[in-house]
Amino acid sequence: MLRGILIGVLTIGVAGTAFWGYQEHREKNAILINAENNYQRAFHDLTYQMDVLHDKIGTTLAMNSRSSLSPALADVWKLTSEAHSNVGQLPLTLLPFNKTEEFLAQIGDFSYKTAVRDLDKEPLSDKEYQALKNLYSQAGDIQQDLRKVQHMVLENNLRWMDVELALATDSQPADNTIIDGFKTVEKTVEGYGETDFGPAFVNMQKKDENFKYLEGKEITKNEAEEIAKKYASLGNNVKVNITENGDGSKYGFYSVTILDKKTKNEASMDLTKKGGYPIWFILSRDVKKQTISLNEASEKAVKFLKDNQFESLDLFESVQYDNIGVFTFVTKEKGVRIYPDSVKIKIAMDNGKMIGFSAEDYLRAHHVREIPVPTISAEEARSKISSQVNVMEEGKAIIINDLNQEVLCYEFLGILGDDTYRIFINAEDGTEEKVEKLKNAEPIYENVI
Amino acid sequence: MKKNMFITKVFLIITLCMLLIPISGNEEKATAFTNQIIQQGAVGDDVIELQARLQYLGFYNGKIDGVFGWGTYWALRNFQYEFGLDIDGMAGEKTKKKLTDASKYNKEFVNEQIKKGNKFTHYGGVDLEKQQKPSGEKNTEAPKQPANTGSGTADKNTEQKPSAANTPNGFSSNDIQLMANAVYGEARGEPYTGQVAVAAVILNRVNSASFPNTVSGVIFEPRAFTAVADGQIWLTPNEKAKEAVLDAINGWDPTGNALYYFNPDTATSGWIWTRPQIKKIGKHIFCK
Repeated sequence: MLRGILIGVLTIGVAGTAFWGYQEHREKNAILINAENNYQRAFHDLTYQMDVLHDKIGTTLAMNSRSSLSPALADVWKLTSEAHSNVGQLPLTLLPFNKTEEFLAQIGDFSYKTAVRDLDKEPLSDKEYQALKNLYSQAGDIQQDLRKVQHMVLENNLRWMDVELALATDSQPADNTIIDGFKTVEKTVEGYGETDFGPAFVNMQKKDENFKYLEGKEITKNEAEEIAKKYASLGNNVKVNITENGDGSKYGFYSVTILDKKTKNEASMDLTKKGGYPIWFILSRDVKKQTISLNEASEKAVKFLKDNQFESLDLFESVQYDNIGVFTFVTKEKGVRIYPDSVKIKIAMDNGKMIGFSAEDYLRAHHVREIPVPTISAEEARSKISSQVNVMEEGKAIIINDLNQEVLCYEFLGILGDDTYRIFINAEDGTEEKVEKLKNAEPIYENVI
Repeated sequence: MKKNMFITKVFLIITLCMLLIPISGNEEKATAFTNQIIQQGAVGDDVIELQARLQYLGFYNGKIDGVFGWGTYWALRNFQYEFGLDIDGMAGEKTKKKLTDASKYNKEFVNEQIKKGNKFTHYGGVDLEKQQKPSGEKNTEAPKQPANTGSGTADKNTEQKPSAANTPNGFSSNDIQLMANAVYGEARGEPYTGQVAVAAVILNRVNSASFPNTVSGVIFEPRAFTAVADGQIWLTPNEKAKEAVLDAINGWDPTGNALYYFNPDTATSGWIWTRPQIKKIGKHIFCK
């Protein structure tokens, strides 16, 4: 009797476990397949887009009428961005696949800039035409390579999940076709090096990375410690730790962390070796209760800048996040706002002390400038703006435009509907350099039932 | 002559009605602002009052949400223009006084509505003379509000939270949330600076040509972040992580423009060691 019951229970147990195991197995497979499908989709999309891209660039080369060239280039731009996003979805991050993505970004930028330009006034130069031709042949090669991989994938029924597993376990998979195939693609692109796009094209990687405008002597570790202590103002009961930059950095800096032994609050800061300028500063502590207003906080920020020899800065934006005020300052010279020179400050609204400071942009961009005289009047510039916009304020500003150049602009603040726009009109030729829709406050969704 | 009398009478009656409406309501006595100068970007009670008062006068047509944004800014400037004050877009002592004198503010009503999450407005009976001014401003016939619904039950002393929040340009609060998730999953044991650094790396990748162009694209790029791979990204992030993300978006980059980082104790890929290293924050090494 007892034996019978026991056998029965055990049997049910075994059967149950088997059933559960089977279900788990099925679920796992379903998820694996799902993931696999995503990869497959991204990969096939990518190859398809490279196909179309190649064709499109080809047709633009053959086009003569300007009115059709612009839309075609816009199409190329759209395709590159799609292809770019698909590359991002493939599990290749740890493979050296950057070059291909950069190549896509280059085509994208080039086609965008030429597509939005008025090609009647400023047609493609010979150099740009040549660049387009180069891109065409390079896209062709990549297309070929990708197609090869695609063919192998289909032929041998290869799974991206296997690549995943191979990468995860670091073991050499039996069939390495996909990885090898992509390595070939990457090599092909690498062989091209940089294409010369003509003078209108500024490579996005040629940003100044060396703080070339900085002046002053190299500071020592001790000096760095002194400066950081002054910024943190945590007193003397602190533990200080200083390190130098690694080899990967293009400029020299010291990193200082200061730990307040009593409160356990930690301040961190990077300073340039040359001149000892503060790149950024962060003090981490809780800011519980607001006791001062945003306006008072902004005055504290102004005073802080003055005390630390950041001069001729003008408050540009103030924002309150919970009990912290964040302020953006830009240089103002002869009534012209210089947007590239920006400094950000965080003020704790409980005691008005500075708890964050970022001057990276300022240190990179600030130098003595020749501010050009505008060749068109403010009225002329205003006439370039859509008549729908109700202009409220105007001023002058230097901004960095799409081509990465500093340009003098008339700046207009205007309203259209419920939205406020900031519009920059080039003060020399009246080009609409930039139109920004300014952010409205966003509802907190938790509270909306 | 008779006709003239009639018109005068009608006018008188209307004016009387206009005067009576606000009085008959359950109006709260003007509880004026605190001492602060309210400027653009501020949030809180005073901003709610400012918006409500401006709306009472018909200058502000947006939502009363407690965030001093551009809509409030232009409304305040128009108010200052109309009332002959210095036009600076800040609610200082003079402006606040003028505003308090000119308008009524039903605090209980407003608080109640915000608490309930209702859609509401706070227009007052608009002065007829003001409407005739050709300033082209938004003094359109404002709908009158039943300004006394349930105000008797409202709690007087509750601090009212704004129903909106500031978010940096170009980022929605969902973007920030997603980033906070990633930062928390990746670096919750790290010092605060280390968390800002992880958020900064995500943003550097978005700006880099070698990575996808969107925050979600970067975060969900397969095998990019271990927290995404093992599901830790779906832990609920704390406030610190969110603050770190905001800092990074606002321009703090403690990493020196790094695109990669790894934990040397747990990194499995040999490749990552070949990247040029910039610095170490907490347990993570950041590299180009």
